[in-house]
Amino acid sequence: MNLNQLSHRSYIIDHVTIVDPKKNAAYAGYIVVMDGKIDAVEKGRAKESSLPVYNGGGLHLAPGFVDIHVHLREPGFEYKETVATGAAAAIAGGFTSVACMPNTSPAIDDRAVVEFILNQAKLAGLARVYPIAAATKGRKGEILSEYHELVEAGAVAVTDDGAPVPTAEMVRRVLEYAAPLGIPFIEHCEDMSASGEGVMHEGFYSTKLGLKGIPAFSEEACLARDLVVLKSVKGARFHAAHMSTRGSIELIRRAKEDGLPVTAETAPHYLCLEDKDLETYNTNLKINPPLRGHEDRLAMIEALKDGTMDCIASDHAPHAAHEKQVEFNAAPNGSVGLETMFPLVVTHLVRAGHMSLPQALALITHRPAECLGLPGGTLARGADADLVLFDPEEEWTVRAEDLHSRSKNSAFIGHRVFGSVKHTLVGGVNVTATRIGV
Amino acid sequence: MSVYYKAVLLDKDAIRRAIKRIAHEIVERNGGVDDLVIVGIRRRGVPLAKRIADTIAQMEECNVPIGALDITLYRDDFQNVLKHPQVGKTEIKEDITNRVVVLVDDVLFTGRTIRAALDELIDFGRPKKIQLAVLVDRGHRELPIKADYVGKNVPTSENEMVEVHLEEIDGDDEVLLAEKAS
Amino acid sequence: MNHRKHLLGLEGMSAEEITRFLDTAESFKEVSERSVKKVPALRGTTVANLFFESSTRTRISFELAEKRLSADSVNFTTSGSSVSKGESLRDTAQNIEAMRVQMIVIRHSAAGAPHFLASLLNGSVINAGDGAHEHPTQGLLDMFTLRERWGSFAGKRVVIVGDLAHSRVARSNIHGLVTMGAEVVVCGPPTLIPLDIERLGVSVEVDLKQALEGADAVNVLRIQMERQQRGLFPSIDEYARRWGINRQALKNAHKECIIMHPGPMNRGIEIAQDVADGENSVILDQVTNGVAVRMAVLYLLSGGSALENEETTPQQTETRVREGKQVA
Repeated sequence: MNLNQLSHRSYIIDHVTIVDPKKNAAYAGYIVVMDGKIDAVEKGRAKESSLPVYNGGGLHLAPGFVDIHVHLREPGFEYKETVATGAAAAIAGGFTSVACMPNTSPAIDDRAVVEFILNQAKLAGLARVYPIAAATKGRKGEILSEYHELVEAGAVAVTDDGAPVPTAEMVRRVLEYAAPLGIPFIEHCEDMSASGEGVMHEGFYSTKLGLKGIPAFSEEACLARDLVVLKSVKGARFHAAHMSTRGSIELIRRAKEDGLPVTAETAPHYLCLEDKDLETYNTNLKINPPLRGHEDRLAMIEALKDGTMDCIASDHAPHAAHEKQVEFNAAPNGSVGLETMFPLVVTHLVRAGHMSLPQALALITHRPAECLGLPGGTLARGADADLVLFDPEEEWTVRAEDLHSRSKNSAFIGHRVFGSVKHTLVGGVNVTATRIGV
Repeated sequence: MSVYYKAVLLDKDAIRRAIKRIAHEIVERNGGVDDLVIVGIRRRGVPLAKRIADTIAQMEECNVPIGALDITLYRDDFQNVLKHPQVGKTEIKEDITNRVVVLVDDVLFTGRTIRAALDELIDFGRPKKIQLAVLVDRGHRELPIKADYVGKNVPTSENEMVEVHLEEIDGDDEVLLAEKAS
Repeated sequence: MNHRKHLLGLEGMSAEEITRFLDTAESFKEVSERSVKKVPALRGTTVANLFFESSTRTRISFELAEKRLSADSVNFTTSGSSVSKGESLRDTAQNIEAMRVQMIVIRHSAAGAPHFLASLLNGSVINAGDGAHEHPTQGLLDMFTLRERWGSFAGKRVVIVGDLAHSRVARSNIHGLVTMGAEVVVCGPPTLIPLDIERLGVSVEVDLKQALEGADAVNVLRIQMERQQRGLFPSIDEYARRWGINRQALKNAHKECIIMHPGPMNRGIEIAQDVADGENSVILDQVTNGVAVRMAVLYLLSGGSALENEETTPQQTETRVREGKQVA
C-alpha cells in the first residue's frame, strides 16, 4: 500500500533501508508500528503478517529529526513565521521535534506563553514543539524568570538567546536556579562590547568589504567566562548555542576534558559557508554569530567528527522579505534552515566523505535530543513512531518558492544539494501531506 | 567580409600637388594669411592641416597657426557606434573669434562629421568665416554641406569606400578606391 | 571591449580599463578649460544624484560633470537621521526607475548600498561612496592627478596616512594603485589599521617617519573627531603629533613628494597649513580633475543602453585584397 494513504495506527513499512544512528547501523529491513509506537525494527523483508503492509519503495528510513534551536516567532512576530508555519517547515525538512526559542513578544517568560505555544502546536498537528523559556524576565538579563512555573507548563530549557546573559554573576544565578530542575542553560555567546556594530566576521573580508567586523574573541570571551562560572556551580548543565569559531572549539574541548557538564551545537551554515561568501552583500548570509573564516569552517567539521561538538541545530531565523531586502547594515540577522539542514548534512558531511550516513544523522537525531533531555531521535522499542523516509541520492536546487516557512530568507538559495525528504511521520501518522494554509 | 582595392585615385605626387594647390587657393581666396587658422579634424585631417599650413608658411614666409578637433563627443550617431568611441584630444590654442577658420578633413562624404565639427567649433568662439578643405569629395551628401577647396572629386557608389593613407599615420601616401564584398 | 554598466568599485578592475578611464578623462579635462564648457555627448540622458550622506563637494562635482555633458541632472538628498532602515532607499530607487532615469549616482553610509541598487534597477549605478567600502571616482581622480605628474605608476611609493579602518577613499586608492604597479604603504594608529589589510597588496607601517622614507606621494586622510570620542585613539593632539603630515615628517620623503588630501581638511591636525598650501600640494588639482574624471565615468558608462551585440572594428573581420593579393 502507498505511504501517501497511510491511515492505520498499527502497520508495517516494508522494503526500506533502516538507518539507526544510535547503533551506527544501516541495513535493508522493515519496521513494525503498533498504536503509533515503534514495536520492532528488523533486517530483511517483512514476513507474513495480519498487519497492513506499506511499501517503503526502497527509501531510507530514520528516526524523525530533532532541531533544538528554532525561532518560531509566535507570539508577536507572526508576519515572519508562526508555530503552525514553522511546524510545517519542520515536517517538510524531516523534523518531527523542534525546540523553540523565547525571543518572542512577549518573551516565553510566563507559563501562559508556554501553554499558548503548546496549544498552537497541537492545533497544527504537525511537528512536536518544545518551548525553551527565557532565562531572565523579558530577556533583559536582570531578574530570573519563574523556572518552576515554566518547566511545569512544559519548558525544556532556559536561554536568553538572541542575546547573552550579560554578567558573570547573572550566569551563576541562572545555573544555580536551573540546576535542581535538571534543565540546561543554553547560552548565546557574544561579548556585546566586542561585537558592537559589527555585521560580519572580522577578518580580511570585512576589511575588503568595508563592513564593521565581529572578532572571533567576541564569542570566545563570553564562552570562557561562562565556563569558568560553570565550574563553581554544582549540578548545572550548560549548552553552548551556535558555535562558530575554532577558539570556541578549543574551549569546549578543554571544558569536556576537565569533566564539566557541557554540550555544544553548531549550525549547518558554519559547515558550508564562509565570510568570503558575503562579497555580494547578500543579506540572507547576514547571520549572528557571523559566517567565519575558512579555517574555522574546517575546524568545525573536524569538531563534529571528534565529538567536541555534540550536534547540529539550524538556528532557523525567519525574517520578512521587506526586512531583508535592504542595504546590508540595516538587515536583521538570520537565515531559515529547517528545510535545508538535512540535505546540507548529507551533501557536506556524508557525500564529502567526512562521515557515514548513520554518524551524520546522529547529529540531528538522538544527540540533540540528549543535549536537551528530549524524547525522540531513536528507533528504540516503545518510542513514538516519529520517523522520516528519504532519498539520500536525489539532487535538487534550493529555491525560495519551494520553501514552506512563511519567510524565504535562506542563505542557501541556489545551492545544489543531495537528500530529499519524502515522508514524515509523527506518532505513526504521515503528516507530510497535511499542509496548513500559509 | 572582404575589401577589394579597385584603383589608386591619388598617388604620392598627386597628393602633394593637390595640397599645394589647396594652399594657394586658400591664400588667394582670403587675400592673404591674416586671421587665418587651419584646423584639422581627427584623425587624418590633422596631418593634412599641418602640411597645408607648412606649404602656406613657405609661400608667404610666415607661420599659420593650426589646431586639432576631435568630434567624437558631437557625433549624432553616438549611440549607434562602438560602445566606447575613443575620445581623442581637441587642441584649439588660439582664440578663434573673428578669425577665418579653415577646417580640413581627408574625405567628405555624408557631411555629418563636418556638421559636428561646426557645432564644436562654435562652442570655442565666433569665427568671422569657416571654410572647408578636403582631399577627396566622394558625394552622397545627407546634409547641406559644401567644400570650399577640393583635392579631387570622385563620384562613388554606396558600397564603395575611399581610403586615405598618409605617411604620418599609415606609413605611406596614397588614396585608394575600395569595394566591400561579402 | 566589454562594456561596463556600473561603477561600484575599483576592486578587480584591470589596468587596461583604469587606463581607459584616465585617458578619457584627459579629453574631458580639456573641455573644462574651454569658454563654453559643454559637449552634447549625454544629451537626452537623465542622471539622478542620490546623496544619503551629506557631501557638498562630491555632489557638486558630479552635478557639474553631468551638466557639462549636457545631461539632465536631478538631486535627491536626505539628511541621515530621517532615513529609516533602508525602506527609503528601496522605495526611492524604485520611484526613480519609474521616472525613467538612466543613471544613478549614489552616496550612502551603508557599504553595499550601490550593489543593492544595481540588483534592483535597470539603469547604471555609480558609487559615489558607500560606507567604508569604496569611492571609485575619488580613487580614479587621485590616480589621474598622480599620472599627470609622473606619467606612470611603476616603482612609485605612495603612502596613505590616517584612519584606514573607516576610509573608502583609502580602499579604492589601494585597489587602483596596486593594480597599476605602485608600491603602497599604509600608516596610522594601530587601532585604525584594519585586520589583514596586507592581503590587499600593501605594507603596513605604524611609524610615520619610517613610512614616509622615500615616499613619492602622500595621501592624507581626514581624521574624524568621533573616532576619538569612541576611544579608538587617545587624543587629537597625540594624533597630530605622531601622524600629522608636516615638513618635519616629510624630511626623508622624496624632495618633490606629492601631497594629496580628499578633503575637507582639518588644517593643523592631519595636515600642516604650510604643507597643504605648499608647492607639492595637488589638493586643488584633485578637485579640478574630479570633474573631468566624473565626466569620463558618466560618458563611458552611458553607451550601454544602445546595442546588445558587440560591434567589432572592420579590420578584425575583413580581409583586404589588392591586385589579386591579400594585404595587411
